[in-house]
Amino acid sequence: MAEAVVSAAASTPSLAVPAPLPVRAVLPWAFFVGLLALIALYFVGAEQGATSVFAGTDVHEWVHDGRHLLGFPCH
Amino acid sequence: MHASTVRSLLVRGMLAGLIAGLFAFAVAYVVGEPPVNGSIAVEEAQAAQEAPAAHAAHSGHGGDAAAEPAEEEGISRSAQSTFGLATGVLVYGVALGGIAALAFSFALGRVGRFSPRATAALTAAAAFTTVYLVPFLKYPATPPAVGNPDTIGKRTTLFFLMILLSVLLGVAAVIAGRRLAPRLGNWNATLAAGGGFIVVTAIAFAVLPDNTDAVAAGFPAALLWEFRVASLAVQAVMWAVFGIVFGALAQKALAARTAATDTKVQLGAPAAG
Ligand SMILES: [Zn+2]
Repeated sequence: MAEAVVSAAASTPSLAVPAPLPVRAVLPWAFFVGLLALIALYFVGAEQGATSVFAGTDVHEWVHDGRHLLGFPCH
Repeated sequence: MHASTVRSLLVRGMLAGLIAGLFAFAVAYVVGEPPVNGSIAVEEAQAAQEAPAAHAAHSGHGGDAAAEPAEEEGISRSAQSTFGLATGVLVYGVALGGIAALAFSFALGRVGRFSPRATAALTAAAAFTTVYLVPFLKYPATPPAVGNPDTIGKRTTLFFLMILLSVLLGVAAVIAGRRLAPRLGNWNATLAAGGGFIVVTAIAFAVLPDNTDAVAAGFPAALLWEFRVASLAVQAVMWAVFGIVFGALAQKALAARTAATDTKVQLGAPAAG
């Protein structure tokens, strides 16, 4: 049984049910990339609307059409 | 080794998000820009009509309404509808592609007997539902001219709160479904978890305040519908393409690693299994 699985995997990797990745291998990436991604989404979805990191309206105006069409509240 | 697997999935997720963003941009440009331009035309017609009255009524207010058409002049409409639109949609695609790849890394091998490709499709469907569709049903996308600038703070808070709530409820439903599976079987456990998600979401819809941003009385209903369908199309295409592309990339990446591991197992001591 085990041999059949191994030889099948070696010839054509089928990956019927892959083993889970350990949570501690995912967590550091989740914190680091998750934070960067949320900051990027903030600039697309909310900057210079309800709150502003930068003065003016240039960021808001630049992503304006995307903000409306992606579903964010805009103006 | 696992950390490098996560890293390679993350890179593929962001790449798939970029490709999905390109497709979504095409839809946004072709289907979304006509109703956006139509709404801006309505907005300008309303502003022109209200201008003399607004002058008298809002003179002590800093001139919010009067500043609105002027602020559009900083960046031209042709830039907004091309490079600006592309920036917004592509950054959204890459950022959510990265987050979805992380969600996939947690879900892989934990949500049932699914291949990487099937897990990617399920992750994309869950992300579309919880990040866009459910919040959209409570607080639908609004075209330019509909919103009241005075309520943007409240509307933004409620919208992001709805996304957070919907994602947390989705995760809770998946965990509950896995807990129930040994007792109810996979099919009934999935139905129970899905039903629970819908019931709790409906309660949240009833409890959360309505969109304070009522559509202006004179705004054309057909134009509003056209805009909302376009918004739905942009997001549906984004997540469909992401699921397909990321599924193919993840399947390939994980197959290569599994093949390498299997070769090691074959050469070394026979692993218990
Ligand atoms: Zn706007």
